[in-house]
Amino acid sequence: MTAALALGDDALVLSHRLGEWAGHAPVLEEEVALANIALDLLGQARMLLSFVGDEDQLAYLREERSFRNVQLVEQPNGDFAHTMARQLYFSIYQHLLYEELATGEGEFADLAAKAVKEVAYHRDHAEQWVLRLGDGTTESHERMQLALDALWRYTGELFEPVEGVDVDPHALRDGWLAAVTSVADRATLALPSGPQSGAWAAGAGRQGLHTEPFGRMLAEMQHLHRSHPGASW
Amino acid sequence: MAAVTADQTTQGTAGTADEAEAGRLAAFDATVAADDRIEPRDWMPDAYRASLIRQMAQHAHSEIIGMQPEANWISRAPSLRRKAILMAKVQDEAGHGLYLYSAAETLGTSREELLDKLHAGRQRYSSIFNYPTLTWADVGAIGWLVDGAAITNQVPLCRCSYGPYARAMVRICKEESFHQRQGYELLLALSRGTPAQHEMAQDAVNRWWWPSLMMFGPPDDASAHSAQSMAWRIKRHSNDELRRRFVDICVPQAQALGLTLPDPDIRWNEELGQHDYGEIDWTEFQEVLKGNGPCNEQRLTQRRTAHENGAWVREAAAAYADKHAARAGTAGTAAQPVEATA
Repeated sequence: MTAALALGDDALVLSHRLGEWAGHAPVLEEEVALANIALDLLGQARMLLSFVGDEDQLAYLREERSFRNVQLVEQPNGDFAHTMARQLYFSIYQHLLYEELATGEGEFADLAAKAVKEVAYHRDHAEQWVLRLGDGTTESHERMQLALDALWRYTGELFEPVEGVDVDPHALRDGWLAAVTSVADRATLALPSGPQSGAWAAGAGRQGLHTEPFGRMLAEMQHLHRSHPGASW
Repeated sequence: MAAVTADQTTQGTAGTADEAEAGRLAAFDATVAADDRIEPRDWMPDAYRASLIRQMAQHAHSEIIGMQPEANWISRAPSLRRKAILMAKVQDEAGHGLYLYSAAETLGTSREELLDKLHAGRQRYSSIFNYPTLTWADVGAIGWLVDGAAITNQVPLCRCSYGPYARAMVRICKEESFHQRQGYELLLALSRGTPAQHEMAQDAVNRWWWPSLMMFGPPDDASAHSAQSMAWRIKRHSNDELRRRFVDICVPQAQALGLTLPDPDIRWNEELGQHDYGEIDWTEFQEVLKGNGPCNEQRLTQRRTAHENGAWVREAAAAYADKHAARAGTAGTAAQPVEATA
């Protein structure tokens, strides 16, 4: 069940972060788009967590050290460029992963087959924005570059093997790097100096070791549920 | 379909300018009287156009500002199912705002212009969204009462004389009805839940009941735009008529919920076949409209901040579109893939 928890937590946590944009987006179309992506991810999270147990118990009653999401998805939204950098890195990873899982015969094949269509949209949305921001104005170019740089260190973890996820991490990493490089090139942006650099630091979210903002995120997310033990909503 | 279009009326005719004007007005009046729709290219009186822009802009702004009190609870929704429902609802509201700004744009204004007026405090949004969401139950009370009041107001607008507005309302009312049922169901779950949940639900209804009644606007004898709007068939029923209809709907629903309405004067009037209810605090209503409600400043500041913080994103989208249009040899920003308001 490690795999369902890992992939479910990724989707749950990123969905939560995107939900924080509601009412704050730069343009109305993005209110719709970000909420749409958050909803897709929440739907994936609910299915994946249900493989493991009760979705609400898992979401609301686990503590920080028991969450198995990668550190990338728990990173605060930052400005719109940071959110789009996070979306770009994660959606390309998730798209390649789900494509692979959808063709296999593992327990996630059905879920991945459905989710891959959603994730293709998320990826397209992120790519289009990275292109616009990278190749837009001087300010947007600078902000987009800063965002790609700041989040780069959290991408190594995406390719750590996960027990029960039957995908070759090296092949996944090669495909991901090629895709991200292509977007960055077209966006007139530079990727940090690559997988061999010190920036390619693997986090340990899959082992329940998270970054500091994550605890506060959970405190907010879980507060009401925990205040009424045993209640139904 | 309207009887006469602006194009047709600009063709030279034998009459004087005054006669032509009278002819256009007569055609407009006949269209309205026949319950036909006025369409964007049709001639319409300037005051009709201005009144529609005012009302539709206020309606669009209400959808956008109205996202805030509910979005306030997205991060704290107590179950994943409720969280999904709430996110979908807030997303729908942004979509309703988009429909309504588009509909308003058919009258010759622009979304950017309307948003600027909102941000400058020169156009209003519904008074209800100046109240805070203090507990989770408020999300249910908003669904049941606020969306319920909105639907009561808006269903007649599906037959309003201006075509684009009427068509937008058909789509919006379908989604609003769905939200209203979900809000009711949320409150029902709380009302039948633990004593603490029941108390939370009752407290929310107590705080949202009177502000919801104020959503129908001032009483008929103090409503500045009502008579003209009804004559133009933008509006079909008076404020007080719709308000009473809403009370009649809510009383049995509150009973079914196992909750009380915070008005000791509500009782069935056998003679009139409707409910009597207590006096609304019109001073509070006026204060909220003047900007002195609990959240007026906070709501407008968040909206302005989102807009200002997003300026560089919209500028980037416009610059990118211009560059690519130039490379593709086409002019302007018409081909940009996402509409930016910059």
